[in-house]
Amino acid sequence: MELLRINNLKTYFNISSGTVKAVDDVSLTLDYGESLGLVGESGCGKTTTALSITQLLPSEGSIVSGEILLEGKNIVNLSDTEIKKVRWKEVSMIFQGAMNALNPVMRIGDQIAEAIILHEKLSYKDAIKRVEELFQLVELEPKRISNYPHEFSGGMKQRAMIAMALACNPKLIIGDEPTTALDVMVQAQILNLLDKLRKELNMGIILITHDLSILGETCDKIAVMYAGKIVETGYVEDIYNNNKHPYTYKLLSSFPNIHKERVMPDAIEGIPPDLINPPSGCRFHPRCPYAKDICGKEEPRMELANEGHYYACHFGGVYNEK
Amino acid sequence: MKKQYVLKKVLQSLVTIFFVIVFNYFLFRIMPGNPLAMIMRNPRASAEAIERTKELFGLGRPWYMQFFIYLGNLLEGDLGLSFIHKRPVIEVIWSRIMPTIIMVGLAQILSIVVGILMGVISAWKRGTKIDVIALSFSLVTYSVPTFWLGIILISVFSIGLRLFPTSGMLTPGRTFYDTVSMLKDYASHLFLPVLTLSLVLIGEYALTMRNTLLDVLTEDYMTTAKAKGFDDNYIIKKHAVPNAMLPMITLIAINMGLIIGGTIQVETIFSWPGLGRLMYEALNGRDYPLLQGIFLLITISVILANLIADITYSYLDPRVKS
Ligand SMILES: Nc1ncnc2c1ncn2[C@@H]1O[C@H](COP(=O)(O)OP(=O)(O)OP(=O)(O)O)[C@@H](O)[C@H]1O
Ligand code: SF4
Ligand SMILES: [Mg+2]
Repeated sequence: MELLRINNLKTYFNISSGTVKAVDDVSLTLDYGESLGLVGESGCGKTTTALSITQLLPSEGSIVSGEILLEGKNIVNLSDTEIKKVRWKEVSMIFQGAMNALNPVMRIGDQIAEAIILHEKLSYKDAIKRVEELFQLVELEPKRISNYPHEFSGGMKQRAMIAMALACNPKLIIGDEPTTALDVMVQAQILNLLDKLRKELNMGIILITHDLSILGETCDKIAVMYAGKIVETGYVEDIYNNNKHPYTYKLLSSFPNIHKERVMPDAIEGIPPDLINPPSGCRFHPRCPYAKDICGKEEPRMELANEGHYYACHFGGVYNEK
Repeated sequence: MKKQYVLKKVLQSLVTIFFVIVFNYFLFRIMPGNPLAMIMRNPRASAEAIERTKELFGLGRPWYMQFFIYLGNLLEGDLGLSFIHKRPVIEVIWSRIMPTIIMVGLAQILSIVVGILMGVISAWKRGTKIDVIALSFSLVTYSVPTFWLGIILISVFSIGLRLFPTSGMLTPGRTFYDTVSMLKDYASHLFLPVLTLSLVLIGEYALTMRNTLLDVLTEDYMTTAKAKGFDDNYIIKKHAVPNAMLPMITLIAINMGLIIGGTIQVETIFSWPGLGRLMYEALNGRDYPLLQGIFLLITISVILANLIADITYSYLDPRVKS
């Protein structure tokens, strides 16, 4: 059985200047033990997609339509009490712990223990014991559970965030830019740790980032998002070496790649579109160097490139033609 | 570590108090008005009488001698003789300190509890009717001048409804046969001054609490807490309020210190025989030793209040470095 399947999800924000179509018809699937990278420029709707899963949207935001099937069960319409049981117990999150995701005036151990007490109904003492085990798992000294967040380095905070995410043995972990603001070495350590834990514990992981280059080693699949839509999705191989969508192509070449010959990173021209009035047809057409007439008129459908590899472009792979 | 911090703060406070004493002393030397004339209150006093008075109050010696004598006496708790009361300043102050402490203490406790509660509810129910009502109430009471508020309350409750006496601490000329009836009389005199002071403070506390809490609610760790599956009540109580209390502690402490002197208006309107009124009387009579004594008490209470705030803060906020 699939762990997660999102079908045609639409999540909009109603604000005074209009309706922001932050997530507009997004579909994706994830299996147990599998890891999916969700990439795209800032503001394309990655966080909104993640927050929709356990209904953590701010008050302006709401899921307009679509299904979110967790182990086959639709959780979009769960009541307030029901979704609270799904949160952390089934789906936990790793926020940017390096920033401000940990409460500064509460001991880190207690912040993890409180979730265990809530969902597993353990006593405080047993919960703390579990926190110590979790600290070992993420390679932190168990005695540091009584520290406050400011006593941890960025990398340590991120490890603590991971320990927190693992606290109730969730089936799915969503990491929203879990390594942003960490230096490259620490970033690699954290990603390796996550990778190891995922395989050991057979969890599904969604890794959100705007940096495609870090996903190669840690993900099985990648979904590329642009202006509220997924424009290409497939296995890492497909996306890295056989991509079909001009946006994926541009995004890849906008990051220096250490495995290939050195090329100057090539920034994508123009700015991401306004999601209140997104461009007609293909949302990428105002910035796409390969756009033709049809691109502004007709929205491209998802095409199958090969098994598990889809793209939404009228002229898939056009940039490879000489 | 915490001990060192506390010790450092205590020493700092002592140094500050010393400078305050020095400053306080010389400030009163350069103030206008001839104290001798004020004591005598008799333009035709004989030269001999003037000499004797000078001697009695130590006004004849050079200023530096006067200062050292003042310091020495201060250490023994001797603040000099009050010009108008013809009694030791310390005795005069002592006899007036309790009414102020009782009034201010009650008003503080009342306004801290009500103000914080109102602020929390306001922030949590932001934009609803409750918030609008609480916010307007706070804004009005906070910005209305104290004496005006006092007069309004007197005209409504004392003159209009005849519920409470207008002034004093006990009904003059009345004999009390038991403690209960005396306490009742005391309480009915206390009610309006406490209400006036509380109303002003409640507004300030509620507004500050609301603002800091609104800030805290947008912090990342609030999303973390929600993602963990906790309900709103728990999140507010365990995560939001402890963080929002930090600025409140400082505000409360500052008010504690300032208010001993800041009750002049309330005590004058209600003829409440406390320190504020005493200061007013001393000011009118150019009673330098008494004024000096009161000023000293006020500054020391401000410094002590700040010391208490620093220490409390260091226990509530783990980020305070030792
Ligand atoms: N509370 C909100 N009210 C209105 N619009 C919002 C709100 N939150 C997000 N949006 C809009 O929704 C769109 C998607 O935002 P989202 O945070 O999901 O992007 P993202 O891909 O996570 O970006 P980033 O990489 O910067 O984190 C953006 O255009 C953003 O302006
Ligand atoms: S559909 Fe047209 S505009 Fe859109 S990506 Fe493909 S070529 Fe570019
Ligand atoms: Mg985001």
